[in-house]
Amino acid sequence: MSDLVRVKHLHKEFDNNVVLKDINLSVKKGEVVVIIGPSGCGKSTFLRCLNGLESIESGAVVIDGLPVNPDKNDIYKIRQKIGMVFQSYELFPHKTVLENIILSPVKVQKRYKDDAIREALVLLDKVGLVEKKDYYPRQLSGGQKQRVAIVRALIMHPEVLLFDEVTAALDPEMVHEVLQTMLDLARSGSTMVIVTHEMAFARAVADRIVFFDQGEIVEESEDVKSFFNAPTTERARKFLKTFAYE
Amino acid sequence: MHSLGIDVLFKGTNMIRLLKGLWVSVEISLVSVVISIVLGLVVGVLMTSQNRGIKAVLRLYLETVRIMPQMVLLFIVYFGSTRVFGLNISAELSALIVFVFWGTAEMGDLVRGSIKSIARIQYESAYALGLNKFQVHYYIIFPQTLRRLIPLSINLVTRMIKTTSLVMMIGIVEVLKVAQQIIEANRRSSPNAAFGVFAVVFLLYFVVCWPVSRLAASLEKRWA
Repeated sequence: MSDLVRVKHLHKEFDNNVVLKDINLSVKKGEVVVIIGPSGCGKSTFLRCLNGLESIESGAVVIDGLPVNPDKNDIYKIRQKIGMVFQSYELFPHKTVLENIILSPVKVQKRYKDDAIREALVLLDKVGLVEKKDYYPRQLSGGQKQRVAIVRALIMHPEVLLFDEVTAALDPEMVHEVLQTMLDLARSGSTMVIVTHEMAFARAVADRIVFFDQGEIVEESEDVKSFFNAPTTERARKFLKTFAYE
Repeated sequence: MHSLGIDVLFKGTNMIRLLKGLWVSVEISLVSVVISIVLGLVVGVLMTSQNRGIKAVLRLYLETVRIMPQMVLLFIVYFGSTRVFGLNISAELSALIVFVFWGTAEMGDLVRGSIKSIARIQYESAYALGLNKFQVHYYIIFPQTLRRLIPLSINLVTRMIKTTSLVMMIGIVEVLKVAQQIIEANRRSSPNAAFGVFAVVFLLYFVVCWPVSRLAASLEKRWA
C-alpha cells in the first residue's frame, strides 16, 4: 500500500560470504524504523543496499514504487528520494558549509541558487548553525559536522532518510545535539531508517525495532517498550544484556 | 681572510653571462615542467585504471625512470640516438625529452597517489546525494585531487629545476657551466673565484626555488 520502502528476499554476498540473507522489510510513510544488532551483523550493509551503494545478489529493493538497481541510470533519480547520513559525516572538505548543502539541489535538482541558499539558511537555523554557514568542515566540531550533513540530506526533500550510526564517531557531549535533531525530524513526520547503538535513543524514537544478527532479521517489534523490557528471542536478549550493568 | 673571489663577477659581462645561464636553466625546467604536468595528469589517471596491461606498462615506465640516473638518460638520448637511429637531436631538445620523460612519470605517480588518497566513502556520500558519475568527479573528486596535488607537484618542480644542472654534461651552457667558464678564465687573476662564483650560483638557485617552495607551503596550509 503506502509502503515507501519495500525490501523482498534481499540476499547479499561479499566474495561468497553471505552478509544478508532473505531480508524482508517494509517501511510506511512517516514511520521510524530503528535497526539494532551486534557489529558486523549486516545492518549498515543493509542500509547501503537501500540506496544502491551496494549491489545485491538477489531479491528486490523498491523505493516509492521504483526498483533500486545500481547499474541502471534511474538510480540517480531514486537516490534523490533517499537522504543518507554517514557515521564519518563525509562533508566535502573543499567546500564551505553552505556550498556543501546547496551543491546537490543546484546541480542535481537544478533549483535556483538563491532559492537553495534561502532554504539552506532556514534549515541551518533550525539546527542552530546558521552563523557557521561560511565555515569549512574542518573548522567544525563532530556534532556540528553531523548536523550539517543532516541538513545537506534534508534540503533534497527526500522521501526517506537513512542514518548509519551517525553518533558512533562523536564525543559523548556531542551525541545529544545530533540525536535531538533526529528526534525533532521524527516528530515532524519524516520517514526514517536508523542504524544505531544508542539504545535509549532507539527506545525514544522508534515506531518499530528491527533486530539484526548474523545477516538476518531475528526479531521485529512495533511494541518498542516491551521489546526492550522483554525481547522474545534469546539472541536479542543476549544482545540487550551487553548494554546493561549490574 | 683570503678574498672570497666574488670580484670576478663584476669584471666585464660576467654577471650578465651568469644570469643568461640561469635563464637557460629556468627555460629548460619551465618548458619541461609545463609539458610534464599536462602529460602527467593523463598518465596519472591512466595509472588508476582497472586495466592490468595499462597498469603494468606504466609501472614499468615509472620504475625505469626511477632506477635510471637522469644523466644516463641524457647520454642515451643525446649521444646514443645519434649513431643508432641516425637522429641528430640538439642538446636542448635532448634535455627537454629527458626531463619530460622523467617529469611525466613522477607527476603521473603523484596524480595517481592523490586520486587514490581520496576515501571511497567521499564518492559514496556524493552518490548518495544523487550526483551522477561525471558530477562526482567534477565537483568532488577532481578539486580535492588538485588541492593535494599542487604542493606535491611544486616540490617536483624544484627538484627538476635543480636537476637541470646536469644538462651541461651534454654541452648546454647553463648557469653552472657559465660559472665554470668564469672560474677557469680567471684562474690566475682570482684563484679564489671558485668559492665566490659557486656561492653566487647557489644563491641564484635559491632565489629561483625558494619562492616556489614557499608557494607550496602556503598552499598546503590553506588547503590542509
